[in-house]
Amino acid sequence: MADKPKVAFYWCASCGGCEESIVDLAEDILFVADNVDIVMWPVGLDFKRHDVEAMPDKSILAALINGAIRTSEQEEMAHLMRQKSQVVIAYGACAHQGGIPALANQFELEEILRWVYHDSPSTYNDEKTRPQTKFYDENGRIPELPQLWNVVRTLDQVIDVDYYLPGCPPSPKLLKDAVIALLTGNVPPKGTVLAPDIALCEECPRKETKPTDLVFDEFKRPHQVMIDTEKCLLAQGLICMGPATRAGCGALCTIGNMPCSGCYGPTSRVRDQGAKILSSIASSVNGKTEHEIDKIIAGIPDPVGTFYRYGLAGSILRKKVKFEERV
Amino acid sequence: MYKEKTEKGHQIKIVAFFCNWCTYTAADLAGVSRIKHAPNFRVIRVMCSGRVDPQFILDAFSKGADGVLIGGCHPGDCHYIEGNYKCLRRFQLFKKVVADLGIEADRLRLEWISASEGDKVRLVINDMVSKIQKLGPLDLPAKYKSWDSEMELLEKCVREQSNEIIKEEMEVISHG
Repeated sequence: MADKPKVAFYWCASCGGCEESIVDLAEDILFVADNVDIVMWPVGLDFKRHDVEAMPDKSILAALINGAIRTSEQEEMAHLMRQKSQVVIAYGACAHQGGIPALANQFELEEILRWVYHDSPSTYNDEKTRPQTKFYDENGRIPELPQLWNVVRTLDQVIDVDYYLPGCPPSPKLLKDAVIALLTGNVPPKGTVLAPDIALCEECPRKETKPTDLVFDEFKRPHQVMIDTEKCLLAQGLICMGPATRAGCGALCTIGNMPCSGCYGPTSRVRDQGAKILSSIASSVNGKTEHEIDKIIAGIPDPVGTFYRYGLAGSILRKKVKFEERV
Repeated sequence: MYKEKTEKGHQIKIVAFFCNWCTYTAADLAGVSRIKHAPNFRVIRVMCSGRVDPQFILDAFSKGADGVLIGGCHPGDCHYIEGNYKCLRRFQLFKKVVADLGIEADRLRLEWISASEGDKVRLVINDMVSKIQKLGPLDLPAKYKSWDSEMELLEKCVREQSNEIIKEEMEVISHG
């Protein structure tokens, strides 16, 4: 038992879907369990922080951390996992690029707290109570809560990361390949994203129907049209992130008749996925004057949420840079 | 008339992507015609305004540019027939993203300037400089730094803790 390599899973600002994807290994999870000892997995096993703290530095072969970093506790745990592990893998879109939680970077922390605890229509909070980081109870105990940071971060903005497993969530095949690569020591150079370095279109069954000269007369959203099950989604006027998104998922969404929303992040040649797909899509808009063009792009009501759905924290700007002064 | 610096003494920096065939030549013409204009911009020559990837613009902002100007041929005059239209389409959508992410509209500008319009280079640059001076510096590098200052405290604690552990280990080694 003792000489099996140790693997740890940890979650930060994430939905739990990445944990699901580990369970999605199905019978392959037996292979993983046969070959490694899982020493930390908050969702599945009863190991605590002090168990990890008691381990010698670098004694864990690999830590797979999912979720963006948003609180002081997540940040602290990320540092702890880094200290105890030889290899840290950013697991899933949130750890890789910020993911859905990073859409909070369109707002200041104060705006979010005010909305959630005071202003939203479903909130009843006359005393304007907000969660505190410290609380003094009547028995003299002082329970503490983590601090919520103003900026949502990718894992590599907080600690040194060795590899990335992209996706929301990563496909079980990618996870299995990564585990095998780690166990056999057959690992790629540091910083590699452990998925094919090609665009999603390459593995999309609709590829043959993608027009060489794409033209958008209008943009449609999936709920507004009956989507043709075989034709390229871009050719149907839908915004599909495929051309600027890394392959590796097996084109699950486009096979399921939904456009790609970009969760696998960019390929290695692209720095900012949102800017790149925007550039590609906008240049095919069928208009030559500002007026014609504006009329068509009005069909994209939320460009940041569309093009940076999973990548705002990891993008070049990272966060909304300026806010109007509020009285 | 332009002023080189803002009232607080900050020198505005504008990155200008000028197309080889029209606007760059116009800027050249402005130069040989000894037209005076604000010196706050750095020109990057591109073959076509259609070559300006939105990533270039974000890159310029993130490295400290206070404004980005793109100059291309007038509609219908593109050396590559369609390049300036592609640039315009991207610009119309991209400026929405940039505005949504909190960068003021005056910091990003697209102008059609033909090779003979040396004086328009002066007008556009002076106007852009004076508008951005009113807005003040954008200074994203400083912004990134201030965002990340919220992590410094913890990092300091972690460092001190690991230093303590190292100290303890050293003591064990020296005593053992």
